[in-house]
Amino acid sequence: MTCKAHGVAAAVRAAAAVVAEHRAELIDLDRAIGDGDHGENLNRGFAAVVAALDAGAPETPGAVLKLVATTLISKVGGAAGPLYGTAFLRASAKLGTAGDLDVPGLLDALRAGLEGVQARGKAVGGDATMVDALIPAVSAAEKAAEDGGDVAAVLTAAADAADRGAESTVDLVPRKGRASYLGERAVGHLDPGARSSALLLRAFAEAAR
Amino acid sequence: MSVGIVLVSHSAKLAEGLAELAAQMAPDVTIMAAGGLSDGSIGTDYDEVVAATQRADSGDGIVLLYDLGSAQMTAELAIESLADPSAAVVADGPLVEGAIAAAVAAQSGKDRQAVAEAAAAAGMPEDLSPAEPAAGGADEVELVLRNEVGLHARPAAVLVRALSAFDAEVTVRLGDQEADGHSVLALMSLGARQGDRIRVRARGPQAPAALDKAKELVDGNFGE
Repeated sequence: MTCKAHGVAAAVRAAAAVVAEHRAELIDLDRAIGDGDHGENLNRGFAAVVAALDAGAPETPGAVLKLVATTLISKVGGAAGPLYGTAFLRASAKLGTAGDLDVPGLLDALRAGLEGVQARGKAVGGDATMVDALIPAVSAAEKAAEDGGDVAAVLTAAADAADRGAESTVDLVPRKGRASYLGERAVGHLDPGARSSALLLRAFAEAAR
Repeated sequence: MSVGIVLVSHSAKLAEGLAELAAQMAPDVTIMAAGGLSDGSIGTDYDEVVAATQRADSGDGIVLLYDLGSAQMTAELAIESLADPSAAVVADGPLVEGAIAAAVAAQSGKDRQAVAEAAAAAGMPEDLSPAEPAAGGADEVELVLRNEVGLHARPAAVLVRALSAFDAEVTVRLGDQEADGHSVLALMSLGARQGDRIRVRARGPQAPAALDKAKELVDGNFGE
């Protein structure tokens, strides 16, 4: 099973709906340990992405992701803009002009996205950031692909692992971003970026089924 | 032409105010403010940072300074979008002090790397050192500051810019403290005020000319 541009666009729209639905939750998570703008910023960004898709949907999966990247970079004022923007931009570059998104392409895109986030934010595993959701997600995706999983199965495995990875940030002392200013006091809080990463992967997985 | 400077901030007011301040000390340098979101709220606007970076480019390179975390990422992303990413660099350093140091370095004709290093060094606490006894081979002149604000920001910038034209290592002493005569921030940290007696020491092929210039500026109240 592969996924064409319209399927990727549908998954992105589903992700936008999930972000809108969880806007208040992300704001609350961020208010506890950051500046409280994550839900608002991400929602504004994905609303703009939907508007851009409405204006004219690109013809390849890579082009859809590039549109997501450039829109998020332009419309999200906080750290999530450059971080998610870089992730989608690197993923888009990996997909190139291929008309179908297959499992190897998906793995390449996921790996490139993670590398992009790490290059931009300089975070490693254990820093209590979105990287703590994405590292296990990529590993689980690779494992699911080895086991012969299709695009939906690979994304579901990634989303499951991202959920667990995001939960792990509750026990971590943040070492990047605004939450790091709080140090030990941030322990006990779920990282909003890790949570939104898990939500996005879950939305993509649901859309691929 | 000189290196252009872009100030990336979450706040439009902060970026604009700092650009205004830095421009006072570096009148010929293009200093672009890129602060806030287009709707006036707090945040960093990628498109504006890209546009400001392009406008700041006169062909000699661009140095970007930032205030907080995500502004650094936006600045780095903006550089990657340039036709020639090697034309620009993000400088680590405190925003205000770094912008002043970078602006003065650019005004003095320093290249992109030196301007970025000046911004980064503005965060270092190495600006002052205990004055050493006069060593051989150095020329020295004693001057009395008559201008109203002493060696404050603008006069310090005027002095540093003028001294950069000479092949000479210059230091300025006040009491038992000594500052690098090529660093605006170091000179300001001396806290030399109106009526203070400073000793300017120079070493190098053009040391006498550098001291003549320093004397001329002090005696002329730095053009105030």
